[in-house]
Amino acid sequence: MEPLASPLLDSLVAAVSWLVIGALALVPAGNAFFARRLAFPLGALIGLGLAGFGLQAIWLPTQQMTLPLGLPDLPFHLRVDPLAGFFLMLLGSVSAGISVYATGYFREEPAGRLALIGLQYHVFLASMAFVILADDAYLFMVAWETMALSSYFLVTTDHKLPAIRSAGFLYLLIAHLGAIAILLCFGVMQGGHGDYTFDTLRSAELDPRWATVAFLLAFFGFGAKAGMIPLHAWLPEAHPAAPSPVSALMSGIMLKTAIYGMVRVIYDLIGGVRWEWGMLVLAIGAGTTLFGVLYALMQHDLKRLLAYHSVENIGIILLGLGMSMVFVGFGHPAAGALGLIAALYHTLNHAVFKGLLFLGAGSILHATGLRNLNDMGGLIHKMPHTAFYFLVGALAISALPPLNGFVSEWLTFQTALQASILENGVVRSLLPLFAATLALAGALTAMCFVKVFGIAFLGRPREPRHAAPDAAGDQDHDAGMMERLGMAWLAAGCFVLGLFPTSFLLMLNRVAVSLTGQGLREGAVQSNWLWLVPIESERATYSPIVFLIVIVCVTLLTFILVRRFYHGRLRYSEGWGCGYSELTARTQDSADAFGQPIRHVFGPLYLMQRHMPAADDPAPRFSLKIEDRHWYWLYLPVARLTEYVSSKIALLQQGRISIYLLYSFVTLIALLVFVR
Amino acid sequence: MIDAPAIAFQILQSVFVVLAAPLLLGWANQCRAWLQNRSAPSILLPYYTLAKLFHKDAVIAHNASAVFRVTPYVMFGCMWLAAGIVPVLATDLPFAPAADIIALVGVFALARVFSALAAMDIGTAFGGLGARREMLIGFLAEPAMLMVLFTAAFISGSTQLNTIVETLGHREFAIDPSLAFAAVAFLMVLLAENARIPIDNPTTHLELTMIHEAMILEYSARHLALIEWAVAIKLFAYMTIGIALFVPWGIAEAGNWGALPLAFAALAAKLAFAGAGLALLETLLAKLRLFLAPEFLSTAFLLGVLGILTHFLARG
Repeated sequence: MEPLASPLLDSLVAAVSWLVIGALALVPAGNAFFARRLAFPLGALIGLGLAGFGLQAIWLPTQQMTLPLGLPDLPFHLRVDPLAGFFLMLLGSVSAGISVYATGYFREEPAGRLALIGLQYHVFLASMAFVILADDAYLFMVAWETMALSSYFLVTTDHKLPAIRSAGFLYLLIAHLGAIAILLCFGVMQGGHGDYTFDTLRSAELDPRWATVAFLLAFFGFGAKAGMIPLHAWLPEAHPAAPSPVSALMSGIMLKTAIYGMVRVIYDLIGGVRWEWGMLVLAIGAGTTLFGVLYALMQHDLKRLLAYHSVENIGIILLGLGMSMVFVGFGHPAAGALGLIAALYHTLNHAVFKGLLFLGAGSILHATGLRNLNDMGGLIHKMPHTAFYFLVGALAISALPPLNGFVSEWLTFQTALQASILENGVVRSLLPLFAATLALAGALTAMCFVKVFGIAFLGRPREPRHAAPDAAGDQDHDAGMMERLGMAWLAAGCFVLGLFPTSFLLMLNRVAVSLTGQGLREGAVQSNWLWLVPIESERATYSPIVFLIVIVCVTLLTFILVRRFYHGRLRYSEGWGCGYSELTARTQDSADAFGQPIRHVFGPLYLMQRHMPAADDPAPRFSLKIEDRHWYWLYLPVARLTEYVSSKIALLQQGRISIYLLYSFVTLIALLVFVR
Repeated sequence: MIDAPAIAFQILQSVFVVLAAPLLLGWANQCRAWLQNRSAPSILLPYYTLAKLFHKDAVIAHNASAVFRVTPYVMFGCMWLAAGIVPVLATDLPFAPAADIIALVGVFALARVFSALAAMDIGTAFGGLGARREMLIGFLAEPAMLMVLFTAAFISGSTQLNTIVETLGHREFAIDPSLAFAAVAFLMVLLAENARIPIDNPTTHLELTMIHEAMILEYSARHLALIEWAVAIKLFAYMTIGIALFVPWGIAEAGNWGALPLAFAALAAKLAFAGAGLALLETLLAKLRLFLAPEFLSTAFLLGVLGILTHFLARG
């Protein structure tokens, strides 16, 4: 029977159209008219289409296709199933908002740079689509590497700055370490057949030891791309280096392709999930979560701070995934499905709100040229729209109801609360501790975003330059129309995902069924658009709509009652300084000051260098430098070892032709001896 | 699923809580005055204060943004919602399924985030200082609170307060070790979250030691009244959560309207006892240094975790 719709073919067309747009962006005609005016809006339209096709694919049966492309005897295979459909939806819908924003953001780039950005940007998008569509290891690796390279070029857009070049290099290095591990993982999984289609990998029966090796390779290979510790070091360097829409793409979507890879390989290709794997994922996830948020609290560079929060959120996703693996490993597929749904829900949520926050940071950078929080302040008066969207993103990432971040954390907590069905006493007692980690991280995130929003948007401008518009008069303007539209799209996503969680729950339930063979329990079917019931109605329910209606009603009622029975009289005056007369803008909290309680409580976790000015210093300036300990125990030793080994290997290179001839001769003799 | 008398009762309970909350505060203040050998103010003093504040003209700073003006209403709305979903008199609350205990913690966090943002809005030194300290207390207290609630959730197999209270209310009167740990942890969280001694001092006039008071220095008149009222509702909500979790006996079950008078009397007695206990604690204890607060609250957190572990151990 011919299906009515073919999301696979449609998605393929969408991905190829992105490539075409990328190529067309190179056309220099009319001051790069196409790249400036049309490329990004068209890309956004294709993103919307792709989101629709992905949505279809979740509900339709799996489709496969073989392309007459690739190497001889090694054609490309494509496949779309509910999991791929979900990630296509994520890619399409989030990239649509970012592309609209990019239209405004890149408007004033010089033509040459803009053409290159247009090319790389759309190749990047297309390669992510192919990563999700790929159904054999060959196409997967080609798309994976294209993704790494195109994003590398996007990160190094400002390649004239040495700091950005080195950030790009670090990114490329860790991306390739991960790629090697993934390649080896595919090698282990094929188990000697020499056939690399995912169908073969799926049906291969692996010895438990080899399955564990494959799991470890996949976990760390994809983990390097996702930014889990200890392979996160590239993330806080590369995200700030890239232009903001690219940061949003990388943090919002590219990290999620790594989650896609993890789920695809562990649940689908290897299969037979073991609970011990889940414990490892949980341990690393908990470490990543706490590390990310604690280091984020120490940052004063806005984009670096957001990058550390991406590390944290990857940790939260891993916590959900790990719980799911533990439950599946112990033979509780219903609870396992709930954990998987929580993890995937958070994947989507993080893509939406982190994309939004990076775009907000980009608008601030665009308008004021500032990235350092310590120089900002009072931006809400000059950029009210950006402030509103940023506030939505900040509340969402802080997991506050009724926005979307809360729903996925709620589902993760509900998964952890299923711990009592486990037979293993140790694991049962550990799961609530991981939930506690999540609770701590959520509260710390709220603190961090109070800091970001409070310091950047509220208060008074800290640098006098930004207190008043300069001679040109248009400094510190609000974001432009297209930028606002892009942010509004993602902010709407925060509301929709937060207020209508049930439809997404049922969608993800289909993904879980397709992966684990079983979905949520019968009780969950009671879910309707109003009530979210993940397990059964006696156990846990949540209704964001009722929640929102009640809170809005009582707030409005309060407002009306107060106005009705009393009065709305208001007088304006100076702020109250508690009798101190010399409170200037510089006596406000700085970003570093706001993190001081955290430094006090978690001091030993940081590598801190602090300069305290002396009491009689005429121009006192406090400085603080926080470094990542991982550099000293992991990265630098590895780098030194590599240098040492390569210096030894360099001895082979003598630069004299007679020596090289000798090498050839010895090689030839050796081959003659060993090969018959 | 939802019937009219239940909804009417839900609305009545919410209004009752909002109106009764300042009374609890007045009672606690009265007890404290007695314990400290002072002549006690009227138990109605909080109402007089609110009325006075509502009649004044509000004064706000020139550079106040919308966040500053919205926050008192948001805080009041959040606390009202919280008070509406805690089973105070009966377990039959039609709105309660909209938000379980995790969402309840989320509501308190939402109010806290807004109050901290408003504190930073004017750009004075004390506002930022208060916001930073409040968030410090918040991130320490929130996980501890969740651990306490998780203990109850594990025991009753549900995260809905209605179900938890019904399950716990039906057990025989015996001290459950896991609930004992949780109760101590909850008491510590209650003191910290409501800005009481030993973490914060609600009657302080020293700006440098303030936490909550430093955040609301900029507020006046009706805005201040709403915040003060919200604070009273928060204390009331926390006390009723504690009553619901640890001494639920006497609450009216679903559909049993005849039990309401008894439930009301039981609640009044428990709250009177709790208010007097709070006053006693505040008289006996001294305020801790700010940087001892993490130790205080991490103790609460550990007690909460011990509660969960004890539950698993006791169950085998």
